[in-house]
This record gives sequence, C-alpha cells and structure tokens, in this order.
Amino acid sequence: MTGIYFDNNATTRVDPAVVEAMLPYFTEQFGNPSSMHSFGNKVGLAIKKARMQVQELLGAEHDSEIIFTSCGTESDSTAILSALKAQPERKEIITTTVEHPAILTLCAWLEKDGYKVHYLKVDGKGRLDLDEYKKLLGDQTAVVSVMWANNETGTFFPVVEMAELANAAGAMFHTDAVQAVGKVPLNLKDTKIDMLSVSGHKLHAPKGVGVLYLKRGVRFRPLLRGGHQERGRRAGTENTTSIVGLGKAAEMAMEAMAFENTEVARLRDKLEAGILAKVPRSFVTGNPDDRLPNTSNIAFEFIEGEAILLLLNKFGIAASSGSACTSGSLEPSHVMRAMGIPYTAAHGTVRFSLSRYSTEAEVDRVIAVVPEIIAQLRKLSPYWDGDGPAAEPEKAFAPTYA
Amino acid sequence: MWDYSDKVKEHFFQPRNAGVLEGANGVGDVGSISCGDALRLMLKVEPETDIILDAHFQTFGCGSAIASSSALTEMIKGKTLDEALKVSNQDIADYLDGLPPEKMHCSVMGREALQAAVANYRGEEWSDDHEEGALVCKCFAIDAVMIEDTIRANNLSSVQDVTNYTKAGGGCSSCHEGIEEILVKVMSERGEAFKPGTPSKEEAKPAGMTNLQRIRKIEAVLESVRPQLKRDGGDIELLDVDGKTIYVSMTGACAGCQMEALTLQGIQQKLMEELKEFIKIVPTKAGALSRASCHV
Repeated sequence: MTGIYFDNNATTRVDPAVVEAMLPYFTEQFGNPSSMHSFGNKVGLAIKKARMQVQELLGAEHDSEIIFTSCGTESDSTAILSALKAQPERKEIITTTVEHPAILTLCAWLEKDGYKVHYLKVDGKGRLDLDEYKKLLGDQTAVVSVMWANNETGTFFPVVEMAELANAAGAMFHTDAVQAVGKVPLNLKDTKIDMLSVSGHKLHAPKGVGVLYLKRGVRFRPLLRGGHQERGRRAGTENTTSIVGLGKAAEMAMEAMAFENTEVARLRDKLEAGILAKVPRSFVTGNPDDRLPNTSNIAFEFIEGEAILLLLNKFGIAASSGSACTSGSLEPSHVMRAMGIPYTAAHGTVRFSLSRYSTEAEVDRVIAVVPEIIAQLRKLSPYWDGDGPAAEPEKAFAPTYA
Repeated sequence: MWDYSDKVKEHFFQPRNAGVLEGANGVGDVGSISCGDALRLMLKVEPETDIILDAHFQTFGCGSAIASSSALTEMIKGKTLDEALKVSNQDIADYLDGLPPEKMHCSVMGREALQAAVANYRGEEWSDDHEEGALVCKCFAIDAVMIEDTIRANNLSSVQDVTNYTKAGGGCSSCHEGIEEILVKVMSERGEAFKPGTPSKEEAKPAGMTNLQRIRKIEAVLESVRPQLKRDGGDIELLDVDGKTIYVSMTGACAGCQMEALTLQGIQQKLMEELKEFIKIVPTKAGALSRASCHV
C-alpha cells in the first residue's frame, strides 16, 4: 500500500520487526501461559520479558506494576472504576473538557449514577488553569484523570505536577497517556502518578493490546474477574502474541526516542511552516511550544474538514479532521470548541500526525498539494470571494437556523 | 470512511454549477455553521414563465453536502418553480444513488435551500420549522428531537412504541439505550416513571380494524400507487398478509429494477401511515408463497 500516511495518532503501522517477534507465538509457542506443561512455560517467559520491556519504556519501578489489557479504553475504564470502587466515601472526579471520549463518555455515564464530575476548562491554546484545579481538589475527590498529551493537538498537560497536587489531597491520579508513550521519555518511578493507560497500536504494536500501569501500593479493584492472570488484576487468557509484540515495540520506541524528538519533530515543523506559508487564513491550534513532536493541527478557515480529507485522500494522503461530519456528530471536535475556535475554523481543522517512518519527500509532497486543495474548496465556499474571504464573512453569509 | 456512492463522489469531485451566479434573482441561505453544513442556492428565474434558467450554489460543508448541492442545481434547472418545489430531499438522495443515514440531513438542507430561494424570489418570508437533534437511530436516520416530539405528542411509554411511530430502534437495536434515556426524560416531564417491559400501545390496544378492513386498506394504498408504477411499465400485486408482514409481487419493469428497493420502501412508508402501525413489506415471486408453505 503506497500513499502518505500522516495519521499516526489514529493508529500506526506495526513494525516488521514486531511482526517477526510475534509470529512464533501463533503457531510454535501457542500454549496457554497458565498451563503446567512446557507448551505454556515458554510463553509465560515471553510475557515476562515483554512486561520488563514495557517497564523500561515507562520508567516503572517494578515489572509487576504493568498490567496487560486489551486496549487504552479498557485501561481507562479499569482505572477510573477501580478508584471509585476502592474509595466509596469519595464521590467526585476531576478531569478536563478535552479528554478522549474513552474518559468523557465514561464520566457522563458515572454522573447518572450520582458522581460529581468537574471538567477543567482550557484556554485558547489548550492549556489548563492550575489554580482552578487546586480549588477543586479536596477530600471528596476520588480520582483525577488528565491526559498526558491531547490526541488532536498534541498539547501536553503538566501531569507530573498535577499528580503531586492530587497526592497531597489524598486523591488518586490517572493519566491517559496513549499519545505520549513512545514519544515522550517517561520515568514513572519518580512521579506520584498512580495509574497510566497505554495503547499498543499507537506505538507500532498491534491493535487489541494495552497496558494499565498501576503503582505498587495503590488500592485496586479489578474490572474483569475470574482468573489469576495479571496477578488477579485482569482476568482473561493473555493475548500472548500481541503482548510479545507490544514488548518488542516498547523496546524499539526506547531506541527511537531521540529520533522522534529531533528528526520527526523537524519534519513536522517543516510541514507546518510550509503549509502556513502558502495557505492564507490558516493557523495552528493548541500550544505549538509544548506538544508532541509528531503532531500538527492546522485550522483552514471557511471550509469543512471532511471535504479536505476526501480531496487529500484522492492524492493518497491520509490525515484526520475535527469536523462534525467525519464523526457523524452534530458538533465539531469538543477539543476545538473548548479552545474557543470559531465554528468557521473548527470544522476546517486537519490533524497531520507523523511517525518515524515519515520521509522528507512525503512532507514536500503534502506541502505541494494542500494549498491547491484548500483553494479549490474555498472557491465553493459562501464565505469566500475571489482570492480572499468575503468582506465581513459572518455578515456576508448568515444562513437561517445557524 | 463513509460509504459514499460513486455518484456522490462524482458530484463532489466535479461539482456542477458551483460559484456565484451573476444576475440571480432568488437566493436562499440555509444551514447551520455549528453543524458544519450551510448552503447558498442562487436561482435565475424567467419572470414571464417562472422557469429556472440557471441555478448555482456555494456550500460550506462536507463531501455529501457539496454533492447534494450540485445534484440539486442539476435537478431543478429548466423546471418551473412549482415543479422544482416538488423535488423532495428523498429525490435528491435518490439522484445521488443514496446517502448514508448520518448524511441525509445534507439532502434536507438542499430541499430547504430551494424553498428559501423560491420564497426569496417571490418576495415571501421563508420560515424554517426545522429542528435537528443528535442522531439517535443510525439505521433509519432518526434524531433525538424527532423522537422527543413524537413521544410527547403521542404519550408514548415504551421503546416499541417509539419504533412503531418513528421507526427509530427498528433496525440493529443498538440505540435502544439512547431511546430509553429520552423516554425517561420526557416521561418524567409528564410525571411518570419509565418502566421497562411496559406493553406497547399497539399490544395494549389492537388497531380497531377487522382483518377484512385492514386488507381493503392495504389494497387501496397499492391501488393509489399503481398508476405511477404502470407509467414506468411495471405493476404490483398483493399476495398475502401475515400479521405485520405484507407479501407483494413486483411485476413488469418493476421486477428486479434497480429502484425496486426504494420503490418498496416508499410504499411501505405509505402503508404504515395509512394503517397507523409498523408493517414490513416483503417482495416475493407470485406462487412462491404456496410453495414455501409446503416445506413448513
């Protein structure tokens, strides 16, 4: 499959070396690690190795702090539900308005059960107000769940500092780090982060495997019960092949960490600067000074993102958008709305997310194609007039029932 | 990725009649910027004949919004205003060989832009009665506002009722949780508590029709669509009625026609409206029923 894949925050290609590491565990080493015989024994050792590889990537103190799950969403749900179950006297959750739906939808559901959820607001660059956070923390706070890096803009949250504050208030701290793991050096043993979610397929491991990091000593209530796997903390026969793959991917991510933060970041910056220089009325969303090295989210005013993606796709370029239409919902991305990006720009946001496989030639190609596409769609837009936006665009076109 | 038809893609990649229309004398601006879809339709109408000489559009929107706009302009050019106003949103969707349920609102927007542009030409004020909520039932493209209004207007109290009245929830059933939530909300407004397992209105009160009356009504509906089918060289025959399933046979040009499914869908809708109950229409070959029954 050729084409330019700049949608690595959605999912990544499984590294061939990861596939190779996995293959024996489908056919030769197919045993159940729980079995007494030697078919199972070697698989058990392979999982142990993978656990240590992940431990290394996360900078965890003990390998037993790594619990393998089926995905990032399972890790998120397990963490939050466990924190609530373990502290029934605490009825409040603190999170942010820009979390992934894996957190937000769960929180909305918990509200129906009587939990109070506080959603921290963000400013125009997607940053939190820590004073607001400090005021909300208290003896009712069961758990704080704040993402390490935003999936749409790449913007970081100060989770290490926020975990200290939560700890001081006696609350548990969870972070959804699915976008950060593998791109940001981590040293969890030196933090007060109690729980952290990882998703394998975001770092060149296969889909269907994730990790919940659980700091030793943190009270825990399993979501899935009925087996001794993962020390009774996540029942269910292990997804052995994928766990082996995730271990290998973690090892490779460690090796590529510097590259991600220098070369990938350089390509991303080149792409972003190249597009902004050629396309009028476009701007970067989020905080360009403090974000993931691979992510660039650009708003193209007066046009709609799905239309941009369809045209990009025609040129073999894959990206994603925060427009309502790409998700079939009625509102554009909640992240863009939370940052106060106007509707005429929020619907036209496009996220380019690179990986260590992205090349200079690909970046050059995208810089060459994007301006044409934007110009083509703007010609169709009622907000556009010739070479620029209509004078006072919001007045030039004000449709009924807006 | 949306499952767009080739026709939708074609009209998106090569939109017809895009851009400003000089000398337009009827303009309709509709849509919602918050939802990310808005359309300006421009008409050039010949005053003596009311014929639409030219139609152009400008659209802020997704692929299917642009395709629907393009299709609409093609469909109404050369028509009189009154003829053009007969174009329904379903016609626009049909012209494009269908739209995904989440995108049906794009065709609705096209239809509304047309009404607004005609009203503008005629110097009338077009008021919109349109309110759109979050899509609940993806199988039949039914939104929350529609469900809420229907529950309120008909005092509904079960998911089955909602399905019978709106079709929502009648497909894959994954939206039943969402429908229950709306029921809880609306029922609490009228001081009732939602109780799962409440028999639907229909089970509680059977339709006040004898079997004979019901079959006569079905025949009357089929009779009313027959002239239209005959015009296209086809016909329809009622084979059997078994509870909520109505077996028909499509004959002549209708049999195996690409539009057969759409035609049947339209007839089914009409039957449901007339019978005021949820029914399913099943196309069958004449004779197949008696044969099939031998195997039972």
